[in-house]
Amino acid sequence: MAEANVTRRDFLVKLAQGTSLAATGAFLWAHLLRQEARAQPYALRPPGALSELDFNAMCIKCGQCVTACPYDTLKLAPAGGGIPIGTPHFTPRKVPCYLCPDIPCMNACPTGALSPELKNINDSRMGLAVIDIENCLSWKGLRCEICHRECPLKGKAITLETHPRQLSKHAMFVPLVHSDACTGCGICERACPTQEAAIRILPHNLVQGKIGEHYRLGWTFETEITQDFKPAAPAAPAAPAEVPKQAPGMDYLNQGL
Amino acid sequence: MTSAANPSPRGLGVRLWSWRYFMLRRLSQFGILLLFFGTAHWGWQVAKDVQLLIGNLSASEFVGLFPMADPFATLQIFVTGHLLQQKVIIGALIVLAFYALVGGRVYCAWVCPVNLVTDLAGWLRQRFGIPAPTYLGRNTRYFVLAASLVLSALMGVAAFEWVSPIGMMQREIIFGFGLGFQALLAIFLFDLLILKHGWCGHLCPLGAFWSVVGRRTAQVRVRFDKTTCTHCGDCAKVCPEPQVLNLKRLEEVGYVYSGECSNCGRCTPVCPEGSLRFDLRPLIRRHNIEAGKGHEQ
Repeated sequence: MAEANVTRRDFLVKLAQGTSLAATGAFLWAHLLRQEARAQPYALRPPGALSELDFNAMCIKCGQCVTACPYDTLKLAPAGGGIPIGTPHFTPRKVPCYLCPDIPCMNACPTGALSPELKNINDSRMGLAVIDIENCLSWKGLRCEICHRECPLKGKAITLETHPRQLSKHAMFVPLVHSDACTGCGICERACPTQEAAIRILPHNLVQGKIGEHYRLGWTFETEITQDFKPAAPAAPAAPAEVPKQAPGMDYLNQGL
Repeated sequence: MTSAANPSPRGLGVRLWSWRYFMLRRLSQFGILLLFFGTAHWGWQVAKDVQLLIGNLSASEFVGLFPMADPFATLQIFVTGHLLQQKVIIGALIVLAFYALVGGRVYCAWVCPVNLVTDLAGWLRQRFGIPAPTYLGRNTRYFVLAASLVLSALMGVAAFEWVSPIGMMQREIIFGFGLGFQALLAIFLFDLLILKHGWCGHLCPLGAFWSVVGRRTAQVRVRFDKTTCTHCGDCAKVCPEPQVLNLKRLEEVGYVYSGECSNCGRCTPVCPEGSLRFDLRPLIRRHNIEAGKGHEQ
């Protein structure tokens, strides 16, 4: 009887020890995973990469994209480098993506972390070029414009705009990036002649805002106010017939008068 | 290694012959890394634009047509709930079929680069007689295996691949140096000072995975001759997984049955009676019948 009790106690103690050891290990492991996989949003991924969370889950860290890249652009992140371990990324200031039309890196990917749904390399969105206008030579009034000339989608991804200049009749020509065409290849960042690049690629979620769907930009041609914007409707029972024959926009603006 | 311990007046040829599996294993381990490295850095090709072996041990493509992938990594990604492309699934099945035939843990002794580190630690431990201060069950690895699948499902990333020292070592050898050597140093010290055969024999979930895979289907196994065995125990001294050399079980089955045997071949040259030999499983049966007693599985 006593022996049976001891065995049971031993068993329970062993069970508790085992469970706590396992739980400690699992928590440490989970913490490490969160640190590794969720910490750094700065990695620039090869063309066709899924969103960062899906990419981190799908990438098997085999480096076939790295070997397939003819320009030595892609690197596999080593441990402790600040980029999620073992995943491919690139540093445009060193080697940008030269936008191969046959997309060899994506075709080499065995898992689909680089999605084969990307058919045209110009549709890739690796990041977005952002200009530091305080250090951009063009914004200082020089005729630099190197980023514009080097851009593979010149005129679409980067355009030159005139900008008034102080104390001079002559306008400045300043580069402007358009997110609907910029692939994030980083050729502009590589080409920028300033000591530290004044134009650089960042992941979209770090730089892009979102205005929200409730804004109606009535002065743009894309927004049809007459269709879905009827603020007069709730107030309609009070004044059913007093609608003057004017443009609908005018209607609303003059209601308070 | 044991022959170094008792220097007998045997010729160099005999000594080298007794190290044949050790040398073949090193050749295989370094050779595979070299094929990956050569393809990645020197552009080794078999024909124009047909690369020799692109990728690494996680996933690769051999001569442009036949994909390979680590089935355990693939399983972890699958568990995170992501749909994988056909190529990696076919690759995982090819590798799975290969190791199912030759023995799952053949990966551990003949391919895995971390084995180089843990073998060195094990050899030094034996050489300097470092005592083993800790005990841990050999089945711990199966819990780590289960935990890596559960954590993959919970965290949404392949749990072991993100912390794997095997991955770090081979990636950093093939693709560029980082801080992965710290993890390897930790494993080395752990194996050397804390737990004998600690990583490969107790903890590694990939080894556990391969133990499960090779368990029933492996065709290359170490044959056991109970008619000649004198129970001297030399085999168990050199074996990194001595529990697989359970004599009772060996006599019953006629070969090293356990999936935890990595077919490293350490036991075969040290056996003074030659009772342990590599053989194909179908032939083992016939051999054991002919060995006289007519007693087999």
